[in-house]
Amino acid sequence: MSENEELDDIPGTTVFTAQRSHEGFALNQFCMSLKSAPNRERFKRDERAYLEEWPMSEAQKQAVLDRDYNRMITLGGNIYFIAKIFATDGQSFQTAAAAMTGMSVEDYAAMMLHGGRSPKGLRSKKSGD
Amino acid sequence: MARITAGVTTSHVPAIGAALDRGEEKSDYWSPVFEGYEWSKKWIAEEQPDVVVLIYNDHASAFSLEMIPTFAIGCADEFAIADEGFGPRPVPKVIGHPELACHLAQSLILDEFDMTIMNQMEVDHGLTVPLSLMFGRVEAWPVRVVPLAVNVVQYPPPTGERCFKLGQALRRAIHSFDEDLNVQVWGTGGMSHQLQGPRAGLINQPFDHAFLENMNGDPDALRSITHLEYLREAGSEGIELVMWLVMRGALNPRCIELHRFYHVPASNTAVGHLILESPGDGERQ
Repeated sequence: MSENEELDDIPGTTVFTAQRSHEGFALNQFCMSLKSAPNRERFKRDERAYLEEWPMSEAQKQAVLDRDYNRMITLGGNIYFIAKIFATDGQSFQTAAAAMTGMSVEDYAAMMLHGGRSPKGLRSKKSGD
Repeated sequence: MARITAGVTTSHVPAIGAALDRGEEKSDYWSPVFEGYEWSKKWIAEEQPDVVVLIYNDHASAFSLEMIPTFAIGCADEFAIADEGFGPRPVPKVIGHPELACHLAQSLILDEFDMTIMNQMEVDHGLTVPLSLMFGRVEAWPVRVVPLAVNVVQYPPPTGERCFKLGQALRRAIHSFDEDLNVQVWGTGGMSHQLQGPRAGLINQPFDHAFLENMNGDPDALRSITHLEYLREAGSEGIELVMWLVMRGALNPRCIELHRFYHVPASNTAVGHLILESPGDGERQ
Protein backbone atom coordinates (compact mmCIF):
# COMPACT_ATOMS: atom_id res chain seq x y z
CA MET A 1 0.00 0.00 0.00
CA SER A 2 1.12 3.60 -0.60
CA GLU A 3 1.48 5.78 2.47
CA ASN A 4 -1.85 7.52 1.89
CA GLU A 5 -3.59 4.17 1.36
CA GLU A 6 -2.14 3.04 4.69
CA LEU A 7 -3.45 6.20 6.38
CA ASP A 8 -6.90 5.69 4.85
CA ASP A 9 -6.85 2.05 6.01
CA ILE A 10 -7.35 3.04 9.66
CA PRO A 11 -11.04 2.64 10.55
CA GLY A 12 -13.01 5.68 11.71
CA THR A 13 -10.03 8.00 11.32
CA THR A 14 -9.22 10.87 8.98
CA VAL A 15 -5.56 11.85 8.92
CA PHE A 16 -5.12 15.59 8.37
CA THR A 17 -2.76 15.55 5.39
CA ALA A 18 -1.53 18.64 3.57
CA GLN A 19 -4.06 17.92 0.82
CA ARG A 20 -6.95 17.92 3.34
CA SER A 21 -5.49 21.05 4.94
CA HIS A 22 -5.62 22.72 1.53
CA GLU A 23 -9.24 21.67 0.96
CA GLY A 24 -10.31 22.77 4.41
CA PHE A 25 -8.37 26.00 4.61
CA ALA A 26 -11.32 28.41 4.56
CA LEU A 27 -13.35 26.24 6.95
CA ASN A 28 -10.47 26.07 9.41
CA GLN A 29 -9.73 29.79 9.10
CA PHE A 30 -13.38 30.48 9.94
CA CYS A 31 -12.99 28.26 13.02
CA MET A 32 -9.82 30.11 13.98
CA SER A 33 -11.70 33.42 13.90
CA LEU A 34 -13.79 32.16 16.85
CA LYS A 35 -10.76 32.70 19.09
CA SER A 36 -12.00 36.27 19.34
CA ALA A 37 -14.90 36.96 21.73
CA PRO A 38 -16.48 39.69 19.50
CA ASN A 39 -16.38 37.24 16.57
CA ARG A 40 -18.06 34.55 18.68
CA GLU A 41 -20.83 37.03 19.52
CA ARG A 42 -21.33 37.96 15.87
CA PHE A 43 -21.38 34.28 14.86
CA LYS A 44 -23.94 33.42 17.54
CA ARG A 45 -26.15 36.35 16.55
CA ASP A 46 -26.44 35.25 12.92
CA GLU A 47 -24.52 32.10 12.01
CA ARG A 48 -25.45 32.09 8.33
CA ALA A 49 -24.49 35.73 7.83
CA TYR A 50 -21.14 35.18 9.57
CA LEU A 51 -20.40 32.10 7.45
CA GLU A 52 -21.13 34.06 4.28
CA GLU A 53 -18.07 36.18 5.05
CA TRP A 54 -15.81 33.17 4.41
CA PRO A 55 -14.93 31.61 1.04
CA MET A 56 -16.21 28.20 2.17
CA SER A 57 -18.17 25.72 0.07
CA GLU A 58 -21.90 25.52 0.69
CA ALA A 59 -21.38 21.97 1.98
CA GLN A 60 -18.86 23.22 4.54
CA LYS A 61 -21.21 25.98 5.68
CA GLN A 62 -24.11 23.55 6.00
CA ALA A 63 -21.98 21.12 8.02
CA VAL A 64 -21.18 23.95 10.44
CA LEU A 65 -24.84 24.97 10.74
CA ASP A 66 -25.74 21.29 11.33
CA ARG A 67 -22.86 20.87 13.82
CA ASP A 68 -22.01 17.73 11.87
CA TYR A 69 -18.41 17.32 13.02
CA ASN A 70 -17.71 14.17 11.02
CA ARG A 71 -18.90 15.89 7.86
CA MET A 72 -16.69 18.89 8.63
CA ILE A 73 -13.72 16.53 8.96
CA THR A 74 -14.61 14.88 5.63
CA LEU A 75 -14.64 18.35 4.08
CA GLY A 76 -11.17 19.26 5.33
CA GLY A 77 -11.89 20.40 8.88
CA ASN A 78 -9.32 19.69 11.56
CA ILE A 79 -10.50 18.66 15.01
CA TYR A 80 -8.48 21.32 16.88
CA PHE A 81 -10.01 24.01 14.68
CA ILE A 82 -13.51 22.53 14.90
CA ALA A 83 -13.04 22.61 18.69
CA LYS A 84 -13.44 26.40 18.49
CA ILE A 85 -17.03 25.84 17.29
CA PHE A 86 -18.01 23.60 20.17
CA ALA A 87 -16.14 25.84 22.63
CA THR A 88 -18.27 28.70 21.29
CA ASP A 89 -21.33 26.50 21.87
CA GLY A 90 -20.18 25.90 25.47
CA GLN A 91 -19.80 22.17 24.81
CA SER A 92 -17.07 19.94 26.19
CA PHE A 93 -14.65 17.98 24.05
CA GLN A 94 -16.16 14.79 25.43
CA THR A 95 -19.66 15.76 24.30
CA ALA A 96 -18.36 16.50 20.81
CA ALA A 97 -16.35 13.28 20.72
CA ALA A 98 -19.45 11.30 21.73
CA ALA A 99 -21.39 12.93 18.88
CA MET A 100 -18.73 11.87 16.38
CA THR A 101 -18.97 8.24 17.49
CA GLY A 102 -22.74 8.16 17.31
CA MET A 103 -22.93 7.23 21.01
CA SER A 104 -24.95 9.02 23.66
CA VAL A 105 -22.94 11.28 25.96
CA GLU A 106 -23.71 8.92 28.86
CA ASP A 107 -22.63 5.78 27.02
CA TYR A 108 -19.46 7.43 25.76
CA ALA A 109 -18.55 8.71 29.24
CA ALA A 110 -19.16 5.22 30.66
CA MET A 111 -16.93 3.69 27.98
CA MET A 112 -14.13 6.10 28.91
CA LEU A 113 -14.53 5.34 32.62
CA HIS A 114 -14.17 1.65 31.78
CA GLY A 115 -10.84 2.17 30.04
CA GLY A 116 -11.85 3.62 26.68
CA ARG A 117 -12.30 2.05 23.27
CA SER A 118 -10.01 -0.91 22.62
CA PRO A 119 -7.97 -0.74 19.41
CA LYS A 120 -8.81 -4.41 18.81
CA GLY A 121 -10.40 -4.75 15.39
CA LEU A 122 -9.89 -1.02 14.74
CA ARG A 123 -6.31 -0.99 13.52
CA SER A 124 -6.85 -1.81 9.87
CA LYS A 125 -9.89 -2.01 7.58
CA LYS A 126 -8.08 -4.45 5.33
CA SER A 127 -6.80 -6.95 7.88
CA GLY A 128 -9.63 -6.46 10.37
CA ASP A 129 -7.00 -6.54 13.13
CA MET B 1 27.40 26.22 32.15
CA ALA B 2 23.70 25.53 32.20
CA ARG B 3 22.82 22.08 33.52
CA ILE B 4 19.97 19.71 32.63
CA THR B 5 18.97 18.15 35.91
CA ALA B 6 15.75 16.36 35.12
CA GLY B 7 13.03 15.67 32.61
CA VAL B 8 9.28 15.60 33.11
CA THR B 9 6.67 14.17 30.81
CA THR B 10 2.97 14.75 31.22
CA SER B 11 -0.26 14.78 29.30
CA HIS B 12 -1.75 18.23 28.74
CA VAL B 13 -5.50 17.50 28.48
CA PRO B 14 -7.46 20.81 28.37
CA ALA B 15 -10.20 19.43 30.64
CA ILE B 16 -7.60 19.10 33.42
CA GLY B 17 -6.98 22.84 33.22
CA ALA B 18 -10.71 23.54 33.18
CA ALA B 19 -11.23 21.29 36.23
CA LEU B 20 -8.49 23.12 38.13
CA ASP B 21 -9.81 26.52 37.10
CA ARG B 22 -13.28 25.55 38.39
CA GLY B 23 -11.84 24.21 41.66
CA GLU B 24 -12.94 20.62 40.94
CA GLU B 25 -9.65 18.91 41.75
CA LYS B 26 -11.16 17.14 44.77
CA SER B 27 -14.13 15.74 42.84
CA ASP B 28 -14.52 11.97 42.47
CA TYR B 29 -13.73 12.23 38.78
CA TRP B 30 -10.66 14.47 39.01
CA SER B 31 -9.01 13.64 42.33
CA PRO B 32 -7.30 10.48 40.98
CA VAL B 33 -5.65 12.63 38.30
CA PHE B 34 -4.43 15.38 40.62
CA GLU B 35 -3.28 12.90 43.27
CA GLY B 36 -0.86 11.50 40.69
CA TYR B 37 0.95 14.85 40.74
CA GLU B 38 1.13 15.41 44.51
CA TRP B 39 4.59 13.88 44.79
CA SER B 40 5.71 15.85 41.73
CA LYS B 41 4.64 19.17 43.24
CA LYS B 42 6.66 18.50 46.39
CA TRP B 43 9.64 17.35 44.33
CA ILE B 44 9.70 20.42 42.10
CA ALA B 45 9.31 22.76 45.08
CA GLU B 46 12.63 21.36 46.33
CA GLU B 47 14.31 21.24 42.95
CA GLN B 48 13.57 24.89 42.14
CA PRO B 49 14.59 24.81 38.48
CA ASP B 50 15.52 28.17 36.99
CA VAL B 51 14.17 27.41 33.54
CA VAL B 52 11.94 24.80 31.92
CA VAL B 53 12.37 24.13 28.21
CA LEU B 54 8.79 23.06 27.60
CA ILE B 55 8.11 20.89 24.56
CA TYR B 56 4.44 21.12 23.63
CA ASN B 57 2.14 21.58 20.70
CA ASP B 58 -0.06 24.48 19.82
CA HIS B 59 -3.75 23.65 19.20
CA ALA B 60 -4.87 26.22 16.61
CA SER B 61 -4.03 29.05 19.01
CA ALA B 62 -0.76 30.68 17.93
CA PHE B 63 -0.66 28.92 14.58
CA SER B 64 -3.52 28.86 12.10
CA LEU B 65 -3.06 26.94 8.86
CA GLU B 66 -1.48 29.97 7.20
CA MET B 67 1.93 28.89 8.47
CA ILE B 68 2.77 25.59 10.11
CA PRO B 69 6.26 25.48 11.61
CA THR B 70 7.50 21.99 12.44
CA PHE B 71 9.68 23.28 15.30
CA ALA B 72 9.24 26.77 16.79
CA ILE B 73 11.06 28.28 19.77
CA GLY B 74 9.70 31.18 21.84
CA CYS B 75 12.30 33.92 22.30
CA ALA B 76 10.00 36.60 23.75
CA ASP B 77 10.19 38.19 27.23
CA GLU B 78 6.75 36.84 28.01
CA PHE B 79 3.90 34.85 26.49
CA ALA B 80 0.24 35.78 26.84
CA ILE B 81 -2.43 33.14 27.54
CA ALA B 82 -4.48 32.34 24.42
CA ASP B 83 -8.26 32.50 24.15
CA GLU B 84 -9.11 29.02 22.83
CA GLY B 85 -12.79 29.74 22.27
CA PHE B 86 -14.00 30.13 25.85
CA GLY B 87 -11.79 32.97 27.11
CA PRO B 88 -8.16 32.67 28.27
CA ARG B 89 -7.44 30.37 31.23
CA PRO B 90 -7.18 32.41 34.44
CA VAL B 91 -3.50 31.62 34.93
CA PRO B 92 -0.45 33.90 35.11
CA LYS B 93 1.29 34.95 31.93
CA VAL B 94 4.37 32.88 31.12
CA ILE B 95 7.75 34.55 31.61
CA GLY B 96 10.36 33.57 29.05
CA HIS B 97 14.14 33.44 29.15
CA PRO B 98 15.08 35.29 25.95
CA GLU B 99 18.85 35.07 26.47
CA LEU B 100 18.75 31.29 26.77
CA ALA B 101 16.08 30.92 24.07
CA CYS B 102 18.05 32.99 21.54
CA HIS B 103 21.17 31.00 22.32
CA LEU B 104 19.26 27.74 21.86
CA ALA B 105 17.76 28.92 18.56
CA GLN B 106 21.18 29.89 17.21
CA SER B 107 22.85 26.73 18.43
CA LEU B 108 20.08 24.43 17.14
CA ILE B 109 20.00 26.00 13.68
CA LEU B 110 23.78 25.73 13.34
CA ASP B 111 23.38 22.12 14.55
CA GLU B 112 21.10 21.58 11.50
CA PHE B 113 17.67 21.91 13.18
CA ASP B 114 15.83 24.62 11.27
CA MET B 115 13.90 26.29 14.07
CA THR B 116 11.24 28.94 13.54
CA ILE B 117 11.93 31.86 15.88
CA MET B 118 8.89 33.29 17.66
CA ASN B 119 9.36 36.82 19.02
CA GLN B 120 5.68 37.04 19.90
CA MET B 121 3.43 34.09 20.64
CA GLU B 122 0.38 33.22 22.69
CA VAL B 123 0.43 29.91 24.52
CA ASP B 124 -2.48 27.55 25.07
CA HIS B 125 -3.40 24.58 27.27
CA GLY B 126 -0.60 22.53 25.72
CA LEU B 127 1.84 24.65 27.70
CA THR B 128 -0.22 25.90 30.65
CA VAL B 129 -1.80 22.61 31.79
CA PRO B 130 1.61 21.01 32.48
CA LEU B 131 2.60 24.11 34.48
CA SER B 132 -0.66 23.90 36.44
CA LEU B 133 -0.19 20.20 37.15
CA MET B 134 3.35 20.72 38.44
CA PHE B 135 2.87 24.01 40.31
CA GLY B 136 -0.85 24.13 41.11
CA ARG B 137 -2.72 27.43 41.39
CA VAL B 138 -0.18 30.23 41.76
CA GLU B 139 -0.05 34.03 41.46
CA ALA B 140 3.04 33.80 39.27
CA TRP B 141 4.79 30.77 37.75
CA PRO B 142 7.89 30.07 39.86
CA VAL B 143 10.01 29.29 36.82
CA ARG B 144 10.97 30.87 33.52
CA VAL B 145 9.91 28.96 30.43
CA VAL B 146 11.35 28.51 26.96
CA PRO B 147 8.41 27.24 24.87
CA LEU B 148 9.35 24.82 22.11
CA ALA B 149 6.36 24.06 19.90
CA VAL B 150 6.25 20.93 17.74
CA ASN B 151 3.69 20.58 14.97
CA VAL B 152 1.48 17.55 15.61
CA VAL B 153 -1.73 19.05 14.15
CA GLN B 154 -0.84 18.93 10.46
CA TYR B 155 0.23 15.47 9.26
CA PRO B 156 3.02 14.55 9.23
CA PRO B 157 4.61 15.66 12.48
CA PRO B 158 8.37 15.22 12.68
CA THR B 159 9.32 11.59 13.21
CA GLY B 160 10.10 10.24 16.66
CA GLU B 161 13.69 9.77 15.56
CA ARG B 162 13.92 13.40 14.47
CA CYS B 163 12.44 14.52 17.79
CA PHE B 164 14.93 12.41 19.73
CA LYS B 165 17.81 13.94 17.77
CA LEU B 166 16.42 17.43 18.39
CA GLY B 167 16.58 16.57 22.08
CA GLN B 168 20.21 15.56 21.72
CA ALA B 169 20.96 18.86 19.96
CA LEU B 170 19.06 20.68 22.69
CA ARG B 171 21.32 19.02 25.23
CA ARG B 172 24.43 20.30 23.44
CA ALA B 173 22.86 23.75 23.15
CA ILE B 174 21.93 24.00 26.83
CA HIS B 175 25.39 22.82 27.87
CA SER B 176 27.02 25.55 25.79
CA PHE B 177 25.12 28.36 27.55
CA ASP B 178 27.54 30.16 29.86
CA GLU B 179 25.27 31.07 32.74
CA ASP B 180 24.87 28.55 35.54
CA LEU B 181 21.24 27.55 35.29
CA ASN B 182 19.27 24.57 36.59
CA VAL B 183 17.29 23.58 33.49
CA GLN B 184 14.57 20.97 33.19
CA VAL B 185 13.21 19.71 29.89
CA TRP B 186 9.54 18.74 29.78
CA GLY B 187 7.86 16.69 27.06
CA THR B 188 4.09 16.96 27.00
CA GLY B 189 1.04 15.49 25.27
CA GLY B 190 -0.31 11.96 24.92
CA MET B 191 -0.75 9.31 25.93
CA SER B 192 -3.10 7.21 23.77
CA HIS B 193 -6.16 9.14 22.65
CA GLN B 194 -8.26 9.88 19.62
CA LEU B 195 -10.48 12.95 19.51
CA GLN B 196 -12.01 12.63 16.08
CA GLY B 197 -14.36 10.45 14.06
CA PRO B 198 -16.13 7.18 14.88
CA ARG B 199 -12.95 5.78 16.50
CA ALA B 200 -12.84 8.61 19.08
CA GLY B 201 -12.26 7.39 22.63
CA LEU B 202 -9.54 4.93 21.68
CA ILE B 203 -7.21 4.05 24.55
CA ASN B 204 -4.42 1.48 24.38
CA GLN B 205 -3.17 0.75 27.88
CA PRO B 206 -0.63 -1.95 26.91
CA PHE B 207 0.94 0.45 24.38
CA ASP B 208 1.06 3.24 26.97
CA HIS B 209 2.59 1.06 29.68
CA ALA B 210 5.26 -0.20 27.30
CA PHE B 211 6.01 3.39 26.28
CA LEU B 212 6.33 4.51 29.91
CA GLU B 213 8.60 1.57 30.66
CA ASN B 214 10.85 2.15 27.65
CA MET B 215 11.25 5.89 28.26
CA ASN B 216 13.95 5.00 30.75
CA GLY B 217 14.52 1.29 30.09
CA ASP B 218 14.99 1.27 26.33
CA PRO B 219 14.46 4.66 24.68
CA ASP B 220 16.06 3.40 21.47
CA ALA B 221 13.05 1.11 21.04
CA LEU B 222 10.79 4.19 21.00
CA ARG B 223 12.79 6.08 18.38
CA SER B 224 11.76 3.73 15.59
CA ILE B 225 7.99 3.79 16.18
CA THR B 226 6.50 4.90 12.88
CA HIS B 227 3.68 7.42 12.48
CA LEU B 228 1.46 4.63 11.17
CA GLU B 229 2.06 2.64 14.34
CA TYR B 230 1.20 5.63 16.55
CA LEU B 231 -1.97 6.22 14.55
CA ARG B 232 -3.07 2.59 14.64
CA GLU B 233 -2.06 1.81 18.21
CA ALA B 234 -2.29 5.08 20.14
CA GLY B 235 -4.97 6.94 18.19
CA SER B 236 -4.75 9.89 15.83
CA GLU B 237 -3.86 12.27 18.67
CA GLY B 238 -1.62 9.77 20.47
CA ILE B 239 1.02 10.70 17.90
CA GLU B 240 1.76 13.60 20.27
CA LEU B 241 4.02 11.15 22.10
CA VAL B 242 6.82 12.07 19.68
CA MET B 243 7.22 15.17 21.88
CA TRP B 244 8.23 12.99 24.83
CA LEU B 245 11.18 11.85 22.75
CA VAL B 246 12.56 15.41 22.51
CA MET B 247 12.72 15.41 26.29
CA ARG B 248 14.30 11.96 26.38
CA GLY B 249 16.96 12.87 23.83
CA ALA B 250 17.93 15.88 25.96
CA LEU B 251 18.64 13.79 29.05
CA ASN B 252 21.53 11.57 29.99
CA PRO B 253 21.21 8.19 28.22
CA ARG B 254 21.09 6.70 31.71
CA CYS B 255 18.49 8.28 33.94
CA ILE B 256 16.87 7.45 37.24
CA GLU B 257 13.11 7.15 37.22
CA LEU B 258 11.83 9.08 40.23
CA HIS B 259 8.10 8.98 39.60
CA ARG B 260 5.57 7.33 37.31
CA PHE B 261 1.83 7.84 37.08
CA TYR B 262 -0.83 6.56 34.70
CA HIS B 263 -4.58 7.03 34.78
CA VAL B 264 -7.55 6.53 32.45
CA PRO B 265 -9.51 8.63 31.71
CA ALA B 266 -9.17 12.38 31.72
CA SER B 267 -11.99 13.30 29.38
CA ASN B 268 -10.97 11.40 26.20
CA THR B 269 -7.36 10.72 27.12
CA ALA B 270 -4.98 8.41 28.96
CA VAL B 271 -2.87 10.50 31.34
CA GLY B 272 0.78 9.55 31.65
CA HIS B 273 3.43 11.26 33.73
CA LEU B 274 7.11 10.54 34.39
CA ILE B 275 9.93 12.27 36.21
CA LEU B 276 13.43 11.23 35.19
CA GLU B 277 16.50 12.49 36.98
CA SER B 278 19.37 13.13 34.59
CA PRO B 279 22.61 12.58 36.47
CA GLY B 280 26.03 13.81 35.50
CA ASP B 281 25.54 17.51 34.94
CA GLY B 282 27.40 18.40 38.11
CA GLU B 283 26.53 20.54 41.06
CA ARG B 284 25.75 24.23 40.96
CA GLN B 285 28.99 26.15 40.40
